[in-house]
Amino acid sequence: MTDSLTSSTGSVPAGFDSGDDTLIRVENLVKHFPVKGSGMLARTVAQVQAVDGVSLTIKRGETLGLVGETGCGKSTLARCIAGLIPATSGSVFFEGQNITNLPRQQMRPYRREIQMIFQDPYGALNPRRRVGSIIGDPFAIHNTATGGERKRAVQELMERVGLNPEHFNRFPAEFSGGQRQRIGVARALALRPKLIICDEPVSALDVSIQAQVLNLLADLQQDFGLSYLFIAHDLEVVRHVSHSVTVMYLGRVAESGPGDQVYDHTRHPYSAALLSAAPAADPDAAAERQRIILTGDVPSPINPPMGCRFHPRCPKAEDLCGTTEPVLETKSGDPSTHLTACHFPVQTGEQMARVSRREQR
Amino acid sequence: MSITELQYQASQAESAPVAAIEGRSQWQLTWRRLRSDKVAVASIVVIILVILFAVGAPLVAKLTGHPVDTAYTLTGENSFGNPVGPGTHGFWLGTDEIGRDLLVRIAYGARISLFVGLLTTLFATVFGVTLGLIAGYFGGIIDAILARFFDAALAFPYIVLALALASVFGPSLPIVIGVITFFSWAGISRIVRGQTLSLKEKEYIEAAKSLGAGPWRIMFLDILPNLLGPVLVLATLYIPAAVTFEATLSFLGIGIPEPAPSWGNILSEAQPFYAVAWWYVVFPALALLITTLAFNLLGDGIRDAIDPRTERLFASSKAMRKRGKRANPAQGDLGQPILVGPDIAVNQSFLSGGEV
Repeated sequence: MTDSLTSSTGSVPAGFDSGDDTLIRVENLVKHFPVKGSGMLARTVAQVQAVDGVSLTIKRGETLGLVGETGCGKSTLARCIAGLIPATSGSVFFEGQNITNLPRQQMRPYRREIQMIFQDPYGALNPRRRVGSIIGDPFAIHNTATGGERKRAVQELMERVGLNPEHFNRFPAEFSGGQRQRIGVARALALRPKLIICDEPVSALDVSIQAQVLNLLADLQQDFGLSYLFIAHDLEVVRHVSHSVTVMYLGRVAESGPGDQVYDHTRHPYSAALLSAAPAADPDAAAERQRIILTGDVPSPINPPMGCRFHPRCPKAEDLCGTTEPVLETKSGDPSTHLTACHFPVQTGEQMARVSRREQR
Repeated sequence: MSITELQYQASQAESAPVAAIEGRSQWQLTWRRLRSDKVAVASIVVIILVILFAVGAPLVAKLTGHPVDTAYTLTGENSFGNPVGPGTHGFWLGTDEIGRDLLVRIAYGARISLFVGLLTTLFATVFGVTLGLIAGYFGGIIDAILARFFDAALAFPYIVLALALASVFGPSLPIVIGVITFFSWAGISRIVRGQTLSLKEKEYIEAAKSLGAGPWRIMFLDILPNLLGPVLVLATLYIPAAVTFEATLSFLGIGIPEPAPSWGNILSEAQPFYAVAWWYVVFPALALLITTLAFNLLGDGIRDAIDPRTERLFASSKAMRKRGKRANPAQGDLGQPILVGPDIAVNQSFLSGGEV
């Protein structure tokens, strides 16, 4: 699987935000949640800047990995793209059509194209409905199949995702976590969408099951030419499945580019810290590795830091970082698809771990 | 994590092995648990008997040979013009003050009482669930307006309204049904609204939205099935409350108008004869008591069957009682999403008094 992914990564033409093979383009997306005072007619006292000007592009048949720590706005971004919550500003283009904040009826045709797989396989399936009815829901909502036809379609889907089609009459509670996630995949697949947004699809699963579900997703991508927006905080998983990777920090994009570039020629200190925190499977490599331990907590998205949002925790921060916001741009020596928002990008081979060695005694 | 979810997981933990073998639905499991509850089964039997009694009221009249509205001034009254006692002149439960057969009157009264009880509960449930879902799901200004409306309906002095309506339009069956419905739906609405508020944040609701499901589909296909348990329990407990409500209104003379018998207006007419004709009071009161008790016990049984966790709590409180300690009556209701109306509370305190 990795082989096929790598080879297709190689065939990706340069150019980050244009071209015919662009499936979805997000431009400067902003989502602020108002914080209200108490009382019925309370005024908005603050804004949680969950997503603050994010742009990204997903190409046909490719996977974009979205990483970042908890609370950085990954899921909010995903829900804005899926049209589940209205964006404050910015736009989402699906095949060139602006689908930002469309009313429900106009959004309907795009719902068939953009589906979601959710993180919690227990919470994402209605416990009171039978699996056949859950997977048949997309057909019922879009009136694409009825009666026996729908049942046949549901059973085909169940077979496709590796479930026993005879089990369509069971309740979600009678399946294991991995099987439930397969049910979620079958439901997302029902309308033959072009994009599936996977919001941490495997983080709630057992490691052995994770691989099964990831392989299923990869197979489906090949068979149906699906695109994925793959949100995760497991960097190895993201590396495994993604053609390109976007690293988010506190509602902004820190770094983005092809997977190999971001992983092997990391430019942003935050991405470097994230990568150094991922456990390595090889014990020798793990022993040699220097971990960059970030100090402090993620600042509040209600009142994010001035300048570069990462500067209070950045080991490389200088005065400039606290005053001027870095632009997301190509750094010297990188291909044009590799963008970094940093004044002092990490150079290849640079030791970043001085802070951590001091901390580790 | 919400209470329902915890309850659900608790019930799943118990039912999972069974479910894995035969794939029973939640309702089949509930029914199995209900069947093993002797009190609930007895209540069901009693309710069926009461219903048969009501349906077979003409048969009762035929058996006794006494039509419901015929006054037997010769055989049905003694020399002072007072009702005759049970067993006299073929009147099995005695007569009322104008010599009508009390048993036949009670049988026909059961028709009205059950009809009013079931119909108003049905209306109140449909109305209450719909408005509760709308308020909870849409939220915002719609919720703010509807919630104040629920509060107003709950705070309204119902006797005063019933008196006013009865004096304007004259007492009648539709007015009784209207008044009882009007004062019952808001309680259901409030509970449904609260549950909807927590259910609508579930990921499967988000999943339905991402599939393009509209609000009505989500409300009635995704949220409502998760509410059926509490609503069913609530409805079962509302039936006796409505029966009592009807009796109260009729007792006050603003309910079912004479000569149609209802348990309430029989009791009302019996008032002056407490001293000379005990049966005139006791039998209709007993009919009312048995019916409301059976529905209340059935409601409790359904609640325990839907949520096995409370069964254990109930068992432990029973054990405590055996050890001579007074069980905390609130214990069985811990974590329950069910509120109980004032009429039910009265019945339950009566019930626990009878049990101890």
